[in-house]
Amino acid sequence: MSTQQQEPESQESPQDPEMKGTESPQQRRLKEKQEGMVDEHAEDEAEAAGETVHIKVFRYDPEVADKQEPRFDDFHVPFEKGMTVLDAVMYARDEFDSSLTFRHSCRQAVCGSDAFFVNGSQMLGCKTQLSELEQPVRIEPLPHQEVVKDLVVDMDHFYDQMHAVEPYFQDEETPDASDLEEQRQTPENREKIKMSSRCIWCGACMSSCNIAAGDNEYLGPAAINKAYKFAMDDRESEEIKEHRLRILEQEHGVWRCQTQFSCTEVCPKDIPLTEHIQELKREAVKKNLKFW
Amino acid sequence: MSQSYNRGLIEDFGRWKEFSAGMWAWIFHKFTGWMLIGYLFTHIAVLSSAIAAADGQTMMLAGEQVDAYTGTLQGLESLFIVRVLEVGLLAVAVFHILNGVRLLMVDLGVGLTAQDKSFYASLVLTGVITVASVPTFMAGVGL
Ligand code: HEM
Ligand code: SF4
Ligand code: FES
Repeated sequence: MSTQQQEPESQESPQDPEMKGTESPQQRRLKEKQEGMVDEHAEDEAEAAGETVHIKVFRYDPEVADKQEPRFDDFHVPFEKGMTVLDAVMYARDEFDSSLTFRHSCRQAVCGSDAFFVNGSQMLGCKTQLSELEQPVRIEPLPHQEVVKDLVVDMDHFYDQMHAVEPYFQDEETPDASDLEEQRQTPENREKIKMSSRCIWCGACMSSCNIAAGDNEYLGPAAINKAYKFAMDDRESEEIKEHRLRILEQEHGVWRCQTQFSCTEVCPKDIPLTEHIQELKREAVKKNLKFW
Repeated sequence: MSQSYNRGLIEDFGRWKEFSAGMWAWIFHKFTGWMLIGYLFTHIAVLSSAIAAADGQTMMLAGEQVDAYTGTLQGLESLFIVRVLEVGLLAVAVFHILNGVRLLMVDLGVGLTAQDKSFYASLVLTGVITVASVPTFMAGVGL
């Protein structure tokens, strides 16, 4: 095994205190995947050493005559150690076909713009090492969103769902600035919402969810997780928490979740989405239980 | 959006090879749940031959005159295919129960990080119990 495979998360510094000491689900998944494909790896490594990576990229453009029919284009990209899926499509665009279109910005798993469907699974292009993938690497736009062009999908619906849960801090009792008071959060409470606050709005989870695919009104894992972040924040008042739970317990809210765990599997920030959704289900039940 | 491309259902079940453990657990649970409902009706239909038997209805079974209930049940149990279906029913029920317990744990937020392992455990245990049940179910029936 070559050394790059031992460090799948080169974008996240290993000193990141949030990750210290624990193997992230992503790392575990990649490791499991590798163990199952030792043979292919021998080949992959040969190709890696022998310089090129074979990628197949989805192409579609309603405005260009010969791209109206969706197809896959093959590119052979020179391999470099540490190269990510995003690096590969950027190389293909810069060197082979300048019309190849995709979103990207930060290149370090922060902006959330480059979630693609890579070898049948939602991943962040910039956080996925080519050396960990079976070749040819098939790169498609996120499923369950309309394709605008090549790897670019329409994110409007995803954003609508995110906004539907009122993703902002609401508090009637903001301390008076003249008192120089701070709005303190206990370390325990910060710990509780820590993972939920990591969402980068990439839409991978929503795209992986079979329920969201069938029910367009379902809030979806990212929006529910966003609601969790605020509902669990002790600094918001009880009334606002109730208001949030009322949004979440609607017909297309938390109860749509069938615990398939697809979202949790694909989230590039390793947010325990299913766990958060389940906790909100229990909160919603608790709120409605009356013992008199 | 008129100028966009919808990839349709191929995105869903066309990708079954890429499903993860939780997704399979969901599919199997739905399937087994509805199989059990289906069996419930069969079960009621077969057992209701007891009503006919109580009314004094009889039938012939292997040259013997027996009441309708005994005749129906013994007749079915003498069929090889019915015994095979019974093994299948056991497998379906055991999986549904084990995975049902897993889902209850998931609902309570217990062991969510091991949800894939508990699914595999349900599968393996179902397999073991099913195989162990074969001698009992197949006792005394010829092809
Ligand atoms: C000890 C026995 C059983 C346990 C622990 C159990 C558990 C469960 C649980 C937890 C669910 C909900 C799944 C979810 O969260 O989506 C479920 C669904 C279901 N169960 Fe059971 N169950 C049992 C027996 C049965 C029996 C005997 C039948 C049929 C007669 C049955 C039929 C169903 C059906 C039809 C569903 C719905 C499947 C769907 O989602 O469409 N179950 N079961
Ligand atoms: S929850 Fe995870 S997968 Fe979903 S949008 Fe946020 S970062 Fe992306
Ligand atoms: S480019 Fe910003 S998350 Fe990948």
